[in-house]
Amino acid sequence: MLGLTKKDFGLLLIVAVLVIAAPILLNPFPVDSSMAQFNAGYPDLMQRFVIFGIFAIGFNILFGLTGYLSFGHAAFLGCGSYAGMWMLKLLSINVIPAIIFSVIIAGILSLAIGWISLRRSGIYFSILTLAFAQMAFSLAASVLTPITGGETGLQTSLSDPRILPEFLGGGSSDGGNIPKPSLFGIEMGASWDVAVGPWLWTFNWGYYIAGIVMLISFYIAIRLFRSPFGLMLKAVKSNQHRMSYTGLNTKPYMLACFVISGMFAGLAGGLMAAMDPQVGAERMQWTASGEVVLMTILGGAGTLIGPVLGAGLIKYFENIFSKINKATLEGWFAFMPDGMSDFFVTIVYPFVGKGWHLTLGLMFMAVIIFLPGGLVELGQRFGRLFKRKSATPAGETTPAE
Amino acid sequence: MGILEVKGVNKRFGGLQALGDVNLSVQENSVHAIIGPNGAGKSTLLNCLVGKLIPDTGSVMFDGQSVLGRTPYEINQMGISRVFQTPEIFADLTVFENVMIPCFAKRDGAFSLQAYNPVRKNRDIHDMAEAILVDVNMQDKRHMTASSLSRGDKRRLEMAMCLVQQPRLLLLDEPTAGMARADTNNTIDLLKEINEKRDITMAIIEHDMHVVFSLAERITVLAQGTPLVEETPENIKGHPKVREAYLGEAQV
Repeated sequence: MLGLTKKDFGLLLIVAVLVIAAPILLNPFPVDSSMAQFNAGYPDLMQRFVIFGIFAIGFNILFGLTGYLSFGHAAFLGCGSYAGMWMLKLLSINVIPAIIFSVIIAGILSLAIGWISLRRSGIYFSILTLAFAQMAFSLAASVLTPITGGETGLQTSLSDPRILPEFLGGGSSDGGNIPKPSLFGIEMGASWDVAVGPWLWTFNWGYYIAGIVMLISFYIAIRLFRSPFGLMLKAVKSNQHRMSYTGLNTKPYMLACFVISGMFAGLAGGLMAAMDPQVGAERMQWTASGEVVLMTILGGAGTLIGPVLGAGLIKYFENIFSKINKATLEGWFAFMPDGMSDFFVTIVYPFVGKGWHLTLGLMFMAVIIFLPGGLVELGQRFGRLFKRKSATPAGETTPAE
Repeated sequence: MGILEVKGVNKRFGGLQALGDVNLSVQENSVHAIIGPNGAGKSTLLNCLVGKLIPDTGSVMFDGQSVLGRTPYEINQMGISRVFQTPEIFADLTVFENVMIPCFAKRDGAFSLQAYNPVRKNRDIHDMAEAILVDVNMQDKRHMTASSLSRGDKRRLEMAMCLVQQPRLLLLDEPTAGMARADTNNTIDLLKEINEKRDITMAIIEHDMHVVFSLAERITVLAQGTPLVEETPENIKGHPKVREAYLGEAQV
């Protein structure tokens, strides 16, 4: 199906179902229950899940296949966001030109950065990409203020020209208000709520549009992984020496891979601008580059679905786990005697809420040490365990790659 | 005129004259061995042929074209393949993928951006890879990860990866180093077969005289970076200069 093997098509199907059903799956707790704060099914967060999923899918094409660890991918993300914002300001509030332009600009930037950085490999390559990303960040925050808005960043405003005709999303204002990003009239922020019993599900246009883009990205990634080009990239990771003595020029392979990866990052950046039309230089900071590295490794570098899972997990932690405060904890441990509950709250508190990074760090360490293949390996191990226990091979194993 | 013509090649590393005025002519479809004591410059010479090193002076012509200044991948695309002293394979990939990669390199050249159609749709590549695995008797190991192969099989795989490209000249750097006698004999048979069936010219660097004398049609003896003699195996055996190079100054 779609030129994929059965297994890959199954994987794509699973991801598609997850994306479609996410507003329901991520809201497992009734609105009024005490667990409602763990519901992740609100549009803003779900959009971030899929957008960072795209970012991680792209990063994985570079890191997972070739083993080249880029520490500068946030530069492409940020650059894509700026490019998208300018399209929203100059051309049209329609998100399509914004997304296309963000991919193109990120591609050009990654061509330039890759062309220089790829002269080195290993740690030197990582440092070069990091240096370029920090340069991009500093430029965006200071020298390039006319383009990037400096520290205040870029927003859509009433004074933007938006030169395209009205039906294509042009026009400076929308009845006196700043127009909101849309797709031929469908606003990204528009959603409809469905209440089923005590549950409330929010279906958001922006999320589904970003979700479709992610599914397309995922499909492209599968095709790329299975193509001769993907095979060559794996060969780069395995033995560059043999590659050049086999008549293959590694440089254009690497550069093409770097640019493709950068374009995915730009796409993610453009979608971010399209979902929430404002962007600041902090999007380019090195912490953002580090985050996508974490996502990919946590989920399983070199696997297809791993980066998406990793992106989801980290964004969940960042947004949900971090909301657990002292009062919540006290509520949980209230059944204990006074002294004991205080004790437990004191012990647990540093790991939750603002200390969520600590838990994430521990989890990351555990994954690196015990599960070098990330969450996907965890799934595979469970799958094997399940298979061994049941005589029938009916058990569905978490598909690798 | 040989398929490979090395003329007046010099290579210096600081104060060390690694190669001094080396002349070598390898005839088409022959097996040419290069022997010599340790440090004689055999590997340096080989590296000059594949583009890893550039000689200070002299010329290296392959099939009438100079290889000097070309990168290893360009030289490979001209038709020179190299087997290394320790097998260089794609250790993380399967045996089948290992042999498919040189097939793609042969068919599509040094770079081609085929990022959409899957590998499995390339029937011609599959057939080529399949055939070579049968030839080296490894078809039952096709799904194994290359790193899990035995040393002898790794060598075989590397040989298959070179052969599948149908090179005009195959350079072998101590192909039997560290092998047991039985494996060595197998390798000799394999190489003989390759030379006869596929008309591939070979240049072999080897320490093992058994291998050299069973395979080579011409032998060049290298000592201290300079060729001493170039002869047939029969004439090499008792050659005084060769004895001298290997055993030191003639004893009284």
